[in-house]
Amino acid sequence: MTQTNGAPRSFQEIILRLQNYWAAKGCAVMQPYDMEVGAGTFHPATTLRSLGSKAWAAAYVQPSRRPTDGRYGENPNRLQHYYQYQVLIKPSPPNLQELYLGSLEAIGVDMAMHDIRFVEDDWESPTLGAWGLGWEVWCDGMEVSQFTYFQQVGGHDCHPVSGELTYGLERLAMYVLGVDHVMEMPFNDPDAMIPLTYGDIFKQTEEEYARWNFDVANTEVLLRYFEEAEAECAAILAQEHQDPKTGKRIIMAHPAYDQCIKASHIFNLLDARGVISVTERQAYIGRVRALAKQCADAFVLTEAGGFTAGNAA
Amino acid sequence: MPDLLIELFSEEIPARMQARAAEDLKKRVTDGLVGAGLTYAGAAALSTPRRLTLAVDGLLAESPTIREERKGPKVGAPDKAIEGFLRGSGLTRDQLEERDTPKGAVYFALIEKPGRAAAEIIAEVLEDCIRNFPWPKSMRWGAGSLRWVRPLHSILCILSDEAGASVVDLDIDGIKSGSTTRGHRFMAPEEITVTGFDDYAAKLKRAHVVLDPRERAEAIWQEAANQAFANGLDVVEDKGLLAEVAGLVEWPVVLMGAIDEEFLELPPEVLQTSMKEHQKFFSVRNPKTGRIEKFITVANCETADNGATILAGNQKVLSARLADAKFFWTNDLRVANSEAGMSAWVENLGNVTFHNKLGTQAARIDRIAALAREIAPVVGADADLAEQAARVAKADLSSEMVYEFPELQGLMGRYYAEAAGLPQEVANACEAHYSPLGPGDDVPSEPVSVAVALADKLDTLTGFWAIDEKPTGSKDPFALRRAALGVIRLALENEVRMPLDRFFDSQLLRTEMNVNHSEGSMGQAMLNDLIAKIAKHGVFGAAFKEVQASALGGTDLPSPIEGLDTKVPDISANLLSFFHDRLKVFLRDQGIRHDVIDACIAMDGNDDLTLLAKRARALEDFLKTEDGTNLLQGFKRANNILSQAEEKDGVEYSYGADRKFVEDATETALFDALEAGGAAISPAIEAEDFAAAMRGMAALRAPIDAFFDAVQVNADSEVVRRNRLNLLSQIRQVCGQVADLTKIEG
Repeated sequence: MTQTNGAPRSFQEIILRLQNYWAAKGCAVMQPYDMEVGAGTFHPATTLRSLGSKAWAAAYVQPSRRPTDGRYGENPNRLQHYYQYQVLIKPSPPNLQELYLGSLEAIGVDMAMHDIRFVEDDWESPTLGAWGLGWEVWCDGMEVSQFTYFQQVGGHDCHPVSGELTYGLERLAMYVLGVDHVMEMPFNDPDAMIPLTYGDIFKQTEEEYARWNFDVANTEVLLRYFEEAEAECAAILAQEHQDPKTGKRIIMAHPAYDQCIKASHIFNLLDARGVISVTERQAYIGRVRALAKQCADAFVLTEAGGFTAGNAA
Repeated sequence: MPDLLIELFSEEIPARMQARAAEDLKKRVTDGLVGAGLTYAGAAALSTPRRLTLAVDGLLAESPTIREERKGPKVGAPDKAIEGFLRGSGLTRDQLEERDTPKGAVYFALIEKPGRAAAEIIAEVLEDCIRNFPWPKSMRWGAGSLRWVRPLHSILCILSDEAGASVVDLDIDGIKSGSTTRGHRFMAPEEITVTGFDDYAAKLKRAHVVLDPRERAEAIWQEAANQAFANGLDVVEDKGLLAEVAGLVEWPVVLMGAIDEEFLELPPEVLQTSMKEHQKFFSVRNPKTGRIEKFITVANCETADNGATILAGNQKVLSARLADAKFFWTNDLRVANSEAGMSAWVENLGNVTFHNKLGTQAARIDRIAALAREIAPVVGADADLAEQAARVAKADLSSEMVYEFPELQGLMGRYYAEAAGLPQEVANACEAHYSPLGPGDDVPSEPVSVAVALADKLDTLTGFWAIDEKPTGSKDPFALRRAALGVIRLALENEVRMPLDRFFDSQLLRTEMNVNHSEGSMGQAMLNDLIAKIAKHGVFGAAFKEVQASALGGTDLPSPIEGLDTKVPDISANLLSFFHDRLKVFLRDQGIRHDVIDACIAMDGNDDLTLLAKRARALEDFLKTEDGTNLLQGFKRANNILSQAEEKDGVEYSYGADRKFVEDATETALFDALEAGGAAISPAIEAEDFAAAMRGMAALRAPIDAFFDAVQVNADSEVVRRNRLNLLSQIRQVCGQVADLTKIEG
């Protein structure tokens, strides 16, 4: 099974160690969200669950897509599809920095040999209407994580404040494993029956998607999808809270939020196709933000968002 | 006299905020202490990424007792008045003193505010300081509501004297004060108990924390310079970066590494930008080759392998970054060297909106190219080159390098234009046409660059004016004031003689046509015809009428041209007055009074900024001379008398005076002077020799003064009076050729 001592040997072992570490610290280890997202923050386990008063602790891997970062698999660490490891704890515990550093040790980063730094990076997601203060965490000059105390999400002040940790898994793993090119990184154990590298799994897809993202994706179709997702989101949220069929109060915050995620990803694709100008970009971002805000407004009216019959009025 | 030591220990404070925060801590705490009567001998504030420290020495152990005497109501005054007085003074009635005064017996309150212990005051002041600290950005954390720049973990607050140290008790939302701190996060994380500042600083140094940011910065710079020097290299100075890096470490360790050979061919600006922006590395230059060959990074800790692992890691990160830059560079060069060259990028800009009301970047480039062509002869540039330059100047916006590093726009354009084998003037214009950006930025002087720079800015201004997006108050989202100032500096510093009105009109027409997609109603040919006519007539209305008559036989114009005959001149006039306001600000900074500029703006040709500024400078100089001041007085006197008379009589005295009604020699002299002056000033103005024109005016001073000394304008004889008023009118007319002196104050 997973090696827990000494240096990890593969990409997946690093993921497993993080899963074990955060599970041991009491996080619910969740699974990736089943949609195309630009970052782990988009997972409703972060975006929506950081809202409202209920305590929360979750950790998960999230496959993420950034079409503009595609390099046909040639760049040593730029990918249009990559993995993030995401931890969200609400309220943020006082020893979150120590917990984070503990996770680095768990994956074999020896604090005595490396230079770990917390460098100011105020996180802002204009598309999610969210911002927080925190840092990029640097290991020997490389950004290995994003560390943020959420102050606002979807236009709502966060009370209590969530602490969010986001690890760029490929870069972190390459560093820990001493690999210079992401495609050469062992995905499973190098001594496994069939050893696979990251490139064995993803080199071809990086090429395919880079070509599609940059040159082929049909922008007219994408523009239409964007409009449709936007309209659907609004349509979902416009429904009565009370479901006429079951008679229950069912606010469809999550299905609506799915449409917001969709719109956001389509916007990223359009951006990669180079058809969005600086001024238009603001308008598109504003449209996605409006969706995110409406979803957040809806979520805080649900039970998971801290709504109780008592504060219904 | 005790010393006070405060340390606010938190998670990492952004580097850029540390120095200011340390000063704010010092000011707020010491102001608070002094305000409460606690004076001190000295105070010093220091900071590291994790702490703000304040040391105050020679503090009073307690605030002095304050005695105050207050006069109250008369004895026997209504109870209400006495009760009010008691409330105000905090005493009871039996504590009041009765004193006899000339107005009878009066109550007096003797209030004694006993001194308070320093600790009590410090606790109050520090709590207030922490709760109201002026961070540029602060945050909440956990479930609490306290705000700090990042989570605040501990407060060290001790008073120490010969007898020892004691903690000043304080509890802020559960954070209790104490006498402990911690050393370096990794090298000495244990708790340290301290007894005073010297003990604190010494123990921290042992715990791998250099408390003083200046000491850290100096150490970094020294060590970086030494390591570079030992290799025969120079560190590229960057004070901002040095201060930032010093704010990122508590224990600086300087490491120098090499840039991989394969990246040395990248433009040095790319290397520098990438290293600084992404990695906070200093660039290290080889003075012999001028190339950036190495980098300096500053780590926060010592390691058993003397930083080898850290350096190797940094090197690897840099290589990945530069691989990216090289990827962009290679791809971009491939485009630049292709058959289509940079025009492929320009074509791509057809998909990029510049502003939703102003169309695409490509459409904008077309407009700029047309205008650059039109401006070219005025600035001495070749029209073909100016147009070519305008067509490629923004091509690099589509390049990958500029997408990644927007701050390299223009510069990359120059590199790519050079690679594409375009003429050097064209390549230079790619970089120079954005200038001048700020007041300190150099103004381009190569004619092709000047033409494109002017066209770019004028297009921006006419475009946003056409869609009514003007700056208001402090809001200027499209940096239009900066664009106008750019035009002013380009014109003045290159002594460009361009009537702006004509170019406003033609560019407004292009914008209107372009934005309204009106090819159907007004073809390109008609637009060109109209613009050529504007150039010929110099006046919009006349040109418009002529084109209208020839093209349409005077029939009603189809939309959307309809209305342009008034719309374009209106917008032009408004934009020109915006330029005049900017010019006033610009020239005022050079010591030219606004009323002097107003006097010149009132003259013909005020859309030629170079002429306007020249006239204003000459007038400013003239008014500073004795002749100038006196002539102005004479002129004003003449003008006042004349204006009053004209108003009273309801006529304008502009028939010309006649020598035959002269009664005094000074009148004859004034006649002579005005004739001579008129003869000298007109050609001087014609030749734009404003200094000569001013000299011509100066020559009028003595005769005008003598005239006013000797004669009464409002003479008894109506004929003489009218003749003198007509003479005064001539003064107004002659001086009026130079500037509208009625606008001059004083």
